[in-house]
Amino acid sequence: MAGWLLRRIGQIIPTLLILSFGIFALQQLMPGDPALILAGEDRGDPVVLAQIRAELMLDRPMWEQYLHWLSRVLVGDFGFSWRIREPVGALILDKLPVTAQLATMSFIIGVVIGVPAGVMSAVWKDKPADWGINAIALFGISMPNFWLGIMMILLFSVQLGWLPPSGYVPLWEDPVQSLATTIMPAFVLGTGVASVLMRHTRAAMLGALTQDYVRTARAKGVAERTVIARHALRNALVPVVTLGTIEFGRLLAGAVLTEQIFSIPGFGKLVVDAVFNRDYPVVQGVVLATALIFVALSLLADILYMLINPRLRNA
Amino acid sequence: MSVAAQSPARRALSTFFRHRLAVFGLVVVAVFVLAAILAPWISPADPLQTSWTAIRRPPSAQYWFGTDENGRDVLSRVLWGARASLMAGIIAVGGAVLIGVPIGLVAGLAGGWIDAIISRIADAMLAVPFLILAIALAAFLGPALENAMLAIAISASPVFVRLARGMAQDAASSDWAEAARAMGNPPWRIALRHVLPNIAPPLLVQATLSIAEAIIAEASLSFLGLGQQPPSPSWGSMLNSAQRFIESAPWLAIFPGLAIFLLVLALNLVGDGLRDALDPRSQKR
Repeated sequence: MAGWLLRRIGQIIPTLLILSFGIFALQQLMPGDPALILAGEDRGDPVVLAQIRAELMLDRPMWEQYLHWLSRVLVGDFGFSWRIREPVGALILDKLPVTAQLATMSFIIGVVIGVPAGVMSAVWKDKPADWGINAIALFGISMPNFWLGIMMILLFSVQLGWLPPSGYVPLWEDPVQSLATTIMPAFVLGTGVASVLMRHTRAAMLGALTQDYVRTARAKGVAERTVIARHALRNALVPVVTLGTIEFGRLLAGAVLTEQIFSIPGFGKLVVDAVFNRDYPVVQGVVLATALIFVALSLLADILYMLINPRLRNA
Repeated sequence: MSVAAQSPARRALSTFFRHRLAVFGLVVVAVFVLAAILAPWISPADPLQTSWTAIRRPPSAQYWFGTDENGRDVLSRVLWGARASLMAGIIAVGGAVLIGVPIGLVAGLAGGWIDAIISRIADAMLAVPFLILAIALAAFLGPALENAMLAIAISASPVFVRLARGMAQDAASSDWAEAARAMGNPPWRIALRHVLPNIAPPLLVQATLSIAEAIIAEASLSFLGLGQQPPSPSWGSMLNSAQRFIESAPWLAIFPGLAIFLLVLALNLVGDGLRDALDPRSQKR
């Protein structure tokens, strides 16, 4: 297990290096001179421009800039926001709990709806219930989540007046109000997760239900409920757990638009605002942080897969 | 309750059901394509024509989908918006295929360090969620529909690299590729004549599903202001401005979103149908 883990981490390192270079290289695509953007009103002053270029190492060759940037990133220094004049790392850490709350709530909604729906759909394969669940899942996958968000605001905030259309209250300040402001965006994001998990659970359950141990259990006279819950589902959940971990990472991306619609001051709003303010260090920092979280979650998925699959645990 | 006990009639019915759904999807996609092509002739009004006397009119016999905050006809804008969406979807995915497939074929057939480098780059790109990568690329390239398409094409390409690489590896180790090699065919000829036709069906399935994803991505980027620039009509940017009038003019948000949803749903139905029809391994058990 330890050896496997080390090998797996060894595979991640080149990926992360390439990724870091790609994210660094993004700024080469940028139209215009960053020094001109930063100088603002002093853009006509060559002394100021030279000073900014020297500070940002823009006058050095690209590989030198990259190595400098990487050495800073490795010690947790993601640079300085051009607009807000704060360290990018601090900005990200500040916004991350908001998105984490949203992602966790969405994930719970996704699992609570998606997994039972997948089990029902597999058990009632090719019956009307299966068709119905599949149709809803297809709707969930095809629905652009920002449109679903707008439609929910239209229904629950404008028409019915049940929920606030936007805003955010931290969980520790007022839990009830916090849930009221995040339940709609969490549902919007959760439906996508539920649809994906439903499809995977269904496929895994259909596979498990044809296994010999299920037939044996049935032949022994084990109640059908027990066969489904204890024998089939437990085994079917192995791939679903790992996929669920990856889905959790994808919630971070989904949060970008959802946070925008519901005016939730999280990670997604940070990157969108940064894009509009041409605050490139923040954009780079957010992309890098997302990728790191995503890679960490994939590693976690692999470890979970090892832990819950007894055949691999001792291998 | 048994899965194995499935009468032939029932199986035929379920195949028929899925088949019908795929055909339905294809018809809907065709309607959208026609709408996009014929937009200049079938639009009731000029999509850019503002009118100060017809601002935010609800849907009526004259304005089927109502009018927007500048008095423009929403139906005409939705029809013209189909152009931006479909063009973005098809061109972006076409680009992703053109970038991804040759690179994937090279990786799969060459193996060794070439494969290792290409695979690590694809891994690195796949580590950034699709939409975040597209947003970052579009942000650095600057806001324009062409840049959004380029950003989506680049973001979607690693999926095709992986697919083509895996299929090329499978194909290269098959008996017929072995036979072709034994007859003295050069590697590029094996790739083009023997491997490519065999990987075409799964590529077609993936491309269809990717177009659906690309259309959502284009709408998302335009919604954020990184795609089609106003006043040119695009479903995403229409939804963006509709948000401000959600209380007084909800139809502004309903119709463009419904268009995205229907087109993406139809593409997913076609993709699922194609998968069932073309790939025997993925037949629903």
